[in-house]
Amino acid sequence: MSIGIIAAAIAVFTGIGAGIGIGFATGKASEAIARQPEASGKINSALLLGCALAEGTAIFGFITALLIIFVG
Amino acid sequence: MDAFKETLVEGLGTRNVFTIPLLGGIPVAESVVVSWLIMAALMIATLLLTRRLRVRDPGKVQIGLESAVEFLNGFVKTNIGRHWRPFAPYLGTVALYIALSNLIGIFGLTPPTKDINVTAALALMSMVLIYGAQFRYNGLLGGLKKFAEPMPLLLPINLMEVAVRPLALCMRLFGNILGAYIIMEMLKYVVPVILPAIFSIYFDLFDGLIQTVVFVFLTTLFTGEGIKEEE
Repeated sequence: MSIGIIAAAIAVFTGIGAGIGIGFATGKASEAIARQPEASGKINSALLLGCALAEGTAIFGFITALLIIFVG
Repeated sequence: MDAFKETLVEGLGTRNVFTIPLLGGIPVAESVVVSWLIMAALMIATLLLTRRLRVRDPGKVQIGLESAVEFLNGFVKTNIGRHWRPFAPYLGTVALYIALSNLIGIFGLTPPTKDINVTAALALMSMVLIYGAQFRYNGLLGGLKKFAEPMPLLLPINLMEVAVRPLALCMRLFGNILGAYIIMEMLKYVVPVILPAIFSIYFDLFDGLIQTVVFVFLTTLFTGEGIKEEE
């Protein structure tokens, strides 16, 4: 059981990647909006898509951790 | 710790409310019953809101409804292109259903989207929509050719996406709602008063609405990708 807990903790570390990715994307989007405020609609939709895809990795890690704890 | 784990395990599983005594008993899960409630609420709201629609001198409710429909139509039009008309009603319906499912936790009911079977069904419908539209508007050969775009080297990745897209859609919605639920349970376990109410604004309201937008937006975008023509 204790090894399973550690494995779940490692799986949840995928959140680091998602956090860094979304942070970068949001920073660049802010820069882009500051440079070209009239294109903010398109930038926002691209940002939303990118964030959703980046967040997906964190969600996969989270679900893997849940599976390890409760099923494995 | 053990009591906390019990509540978590209970939260993960799906509860059966009752069993239909037919064909050896069909179990009816809680998510199905809550879905019926949501459907009933939406139907009643629709009937009440669409009474007394007029062309001349429209009321406040009618103007609100019209601008909401206009917004939806405009959103679908910009993302799908010329053939947007048949997709707008379906996407609007899915958006209403997911939004209400995510928000219903505020009223003390279990959100149906916490059940992985519900999100899997929604993701499968999205997959049928995406690839159905691709073959419907490009023809059989044209639809197959779309898998080899933008270059034939990407063919395996495009074929893999047929399975990955619905899986990601399903897991994203399910994981977000379940994660929010687990964090709220932990919070209630540690601090039973005041703090959960504040965090519930973020986890129930904000996260639920964001996930609705993401699900509908991704479905629209993938559909548009399959049928848009190059200008």
